[in-house]
Amino acid sequence: MKPKFITVLLTLLLLTNTALAQVVLRMTWYDDGQEGVVMRELLDRFEAANPDIRIVMDTVPFAAGILQSLPLQLAAGQGPDLARVVDLGGLSQYFLDLRPYLSDPDYWEANFGPFLDWMRPEGSDAIPGFMTQLTVSAPFINRTLFDQAGIAVPEGPTTWEQWAEVAQQVAEATGTPHAMVMDRSGHRLAGPAISQGAAFFDAEGHPKIDDEGLRAMLQLMIDWHADGLMNPDVWIGAAGQYVAGNLPFINAQVVLYMSGSWQVGQFTNLIGDAFDWEVVPNPCGPAACTGMPGGAGLVGIAATRHPVEVARVMEFLAQEEVLAEFYGRTLFIPGHLGLAETGIDFQTGLESAKQALNVFASQVPLIHPTAYALQGYRFNRVIFDNLRDRLTQVFVGELTLDQALERMQADIDEQIRQAGQ
Amino acid sequence: MSILATLPSKLAQGVYVLLMNIFGLVMEPLQRLIGVRRMPYLFLLPNLLIFGIFILFPMVLNLYFATTSGTALFPQERPFVGTANFERLYACQDYFNPVTCQEDRFWRAVHNTIVFVAFQVAGMILIALTTALVLNRKIVARGFFRSVYFYPVLLSPVVVALIWKWILQRDGLLNALLVGLGQEPVQFLLSGTWAMAWIIIISIWAEMGFYTLILLAGLQSIPSELYDAGAVDGTSSTQRFRHITLPLLMPTMMVVLILALIRSVQQFDKVFVLTGGGPGTATFLLVQYIYSTGFATQIPRFGMAAAASVTLGAVLLIATIIQLRLGRSSERHLA
Amino acid sequence: MSTLLTFLTRRRGRWRWHATDILAYLYLLIGVVVMFGPVLWLVLSSFKTPAALLEFPPTLLPLAQKTVVVSGYAEPLRLFDVTMADGSIRRLAQVRRVGLQAQMVDPAGPDEIIRVHIDQRSEVRHFRLATENYTEAFLRFNFAIYLRNSVVVTVTATLITLLINSMAAFALSKYRFRGRNAIFLIIISTLMIPISVILVPVYLVITQVGWVNNLWGVIIPAAATPTGVFLLRQYMLTIPDELLDSGRIDGASEWRLYWQIVLPLAAPALAVLAIFSVMWRWNDFLWPLIVLTRSELFTLQVGLAAFQGELQIQWHYVLAMTVLTLLPITLVFALLQRFITTGIASTGVKG
Repeated sequence: MKPKFITVLLTLLLLTNTALAQVVLRMTWYDDGQEGVVMRELLDRFEAANPDIRIVMDTVPFAAGILQSLPLQLAAGQGPDLARVVDLGGLSQYFLDLRPYLSDPDYWEANFGPFLDWMRPEGSDAIPGFMTQLTVSAPFINRTLFDQAGIAVPEGPTTWEQWAEVAQQVAEATGTPHAMVMDRSGHRLAGPAISQGAAFFDAEGHPKIDDEGLRAMLQLMIDWHADGLMNPDVWIGAAGQYVAGNLPFINAQVVLYMSGSWQVGQFTNLIGDAFDWEVVPNPCGPAACTGMPGGAGLVGIAATRHPVEVARVMEFLAQEEVLAEFYGRTLFIPGHLGLAETGIDFQTGLESAKQALNVFASQVPLIHPTAYALQGYRFNRVIFDNLRDRLTQVFVGELTLDQALERMQADIDEQIRQAGQ
Repeated sequence: MSILATLPSKLAQGVYVLLMNIFGLVMEPLQRLIGVRRMPYLFLLPNLLIFGIFILFPMVLNLYFATTSGTALFPQERPFVGTANFERLYACQDYFNPVTCQEDRFWRAVHNTIVFVAFQVAGMILIALTTALVLNRKIVARGFFRSVYFYPVLLSPVVVALIWKWILQRDGLLNALLVGLGQEPVQFLLSGTWAMAWIIIISIWAEMGFYTLILLAGLQSIPSELYDAGAVDGTSSTQRFRHITLPLLMPTMMVVLILALIRSVQQFDKVFVLTGGGPGTATFLLVQYIYSTGFATQIPRFGMAAAASVTLGAVLLIATIIQLRLGRSSERHLA
Repeated sequence: MSTLLTFLTRRRGRWRWHATDILAYLYLLIGVVVMFGPVLWLVLSSFKTPAALLEFPPTLLPLAQKTVVVSGYAEPLRLFDVTMADGSIRRLAQVRRVGLQAQMVDPAGPDEIIRVHIDQRSEVRHFRLATENYTEAFLRFNFAIYLRNSVVVTVTATLITLLINSMAAFALSKYRFRGRNAIFLIIISTLMIPISVILVPVYLVITQVGWVNNLWGVIIPAAATPTGVFLLRQYMLTIPDELLDSGRIDGASEWRLYWQIVLPLAAPALAVLAIFSVMWRWNDFLWPLIVLTRSELFTLQVGLAAFQGELQIQWHYVLAMTVLTLLPITLVFALLQRFITTGIASTGVKG
């Protein structure tokens, strides 16, 4: 009687202790498509094996939540314990260094090495987290429209001008409203700009954007908008913010869509097999045939009160099998060097999706060093946003190209000067 | 049946009396302590406390922010720069051409806001007055019609913007109607002038009901004997309008004008969701400048944003004082 | 009967339709269309399938493509009217589309696969309310929790606002004391500054007070509305001072005067303020977005703003959720519209 009673009591105590001692971690998340569901399942698995930790996912809107709200919270010391962020360099000062809590930091260095540099403040060797996805930018095309027009899809190295011409022919032949659309984003524009020869930085590594290559690319964009080749709704129809051009592409209103690899999951759901969509290698310019790398990372936040628990969650998620499953189900390109080599078993039956992911993967080695430098630059969003907004002003005739370039440089310089104070 | 009807109100009354008595347990002894003459201060206290901490103090802080620069959030970490922000803000070669200004977006916002306010306030008061006059007549189902105009006032700015975005877009209802009438579809949100025209129209749509009701109240407070006397004298309806209605409505009109003006200059939410300030900067208004400079950017410039908001506040204050002065002088004139 | 007729036809000219009467009713009817039309369009559109939403020109009523269950196939197949080579039209079900060719079967004889060019098909449609827009949105969008938060914030904030604003208005209207005008002017002058302008300093204050991720951080700061104080003070000025004096003679405390005499008399103005407060708090979105980061604390507007940014392309969800968001306030409006409009009328906000 007595031993049984004690056992029951002890068990109850143990259970309540676990419950009382349960640490609740908050993870700020955003969704491109359905990856939140996958992450939730992985976290549930972790919680089942580790009942003393509970992770609550706060899914917030990308623009208002991640780009605006989160930095403000972090600056005020009020952020979550973990967050999926895109502005890796800009927020690196707020990230938690997991190194002291990790059981195998070398695994992290070996597999996440180059991407860790994006997440670190200058000169540190911190390990803040891992990439939820590596992204590459490259154009999507609507092959069904090419087939209907009876025009062959260009193979081999093709320039942007050639692509524009072919897309326009297809659009005219099939009665499609516009030939091309590009996300309203300086990041998306940067890849083609670098292919045209834009250097973005001067010899000392300060942003200097006015050069032949960038002018050439901007002039192309201006001409495309003026001639009606580019869908204007995306760049002109919305201002001051990021707008994706996926709606026109999904509705087969454009032939070519300049975007990136994170759309694959979404397209698998939303287009499916309504038409045949493909990814083509990045078109070429005089300097390169490059796209822009990018991605989002899941990082720990330095202000957390539970760094040990955060590290445990991160270690679980960063395991090769777990990440393989994550990437496989979300159709994201792995930001894990080991997995990039062995390959991911992408869980999709859709031929378009498989082809797309393969082409994106093949583009990674072709990324130009300037693109890497730009992506890794701490204030790259300042460059991208000013480039984007000033260029739009040229499209609507508020500024000339020269004035716009002058303004871009002035804005960038002013903001960086403020950041330095 | 009547018991069921009165029960909730009896219950509410009971709760009210109970609650007030509980508060009285604090308030009445305090009155004995500080005396009747000091009671107003006590009544003001809760409001002023919240007001002071959450509105007044941040405004003063904002003023301080305007004299600092850098990107730190906490005021003690921000370097003091005196009037440098204001100097940069007002550095213009030609105030009528934003491109010649250092902060060209600010001046574009100023121009846009002036245009927006002028047309929106004028249009809205005109329409609200007309509607109030119509509603003031003997019409059937006046209550229903009154509510109709008030309904959009209740909708949140996000909802308003989304409703109209859905109607105005390339494949939206308005273009469908145009095509049905044999016209070409118009890309309303891609043209600077159309975008400005539409944000004016939409904000009138969303806000006029409120001012209509105020004007209606003003109209209904004009004694009908005055009109009857006028009818007896044989004055025409236009004369009655000019000599009876307008002058007696003037005080209400002043209130409406001031409120509409203040609200108009502060316009942000709907426009931001609908056009984001675009195309280009065609619908970029003042408050959006403050928001985008201080928030929606990787390196927020709190100092500049604060300087702009101080400017905005000063302009509004001066405008209101001028209006009040004019209103008072016109009242004296008419009396 | 004659009374009814008189009631229905009561107009300006006693016995004839005056031209201005016709104009007046025309104006009002146009008003109804312009005011309600867009919202009605929103509601109709929210019941359309994603495919139907992409059509141009859009149909008035929600139409969706018919599907049919065909033996031998697990999923229902979409129905098309197909123009055959000989010009006849057959109703076929599509199995799959590959490139420019569709594989179709006749539902009656599903064994034979007929290959058809995609241009020869046209969809067969019927009226259908795509209620799955709502159910799916409901599942993805924590409507119940957001609704609860919105209600809590709105009700609490309104009660607090009514209390403290009326106390302040009472002090400012019924007493003479040092600093009265100065305080009133300061309160009014802050009408000029929208909260979006002092967002950063207010956020700083909230973090120091410790109300981040706390509904109080959304309720309290906005409770001391200058408009409320202004409105109530204007109305209270019309309450005769003699009532208060006689109350004082009878020995009532100031607090008692306040809640037994002044508040009941100010009921119309309080009602108006209550309505405005409900409206403002319900529609707040920028401030709660900054203060609340935990999704279980989100209010309805924050949730909607969040989703519309993300699912910009998924209009069917955005539309459904917009309708859901405006439903509560519409209901309140429908039930209380008489009080709302007469309330504003009776406060007689004059100069």
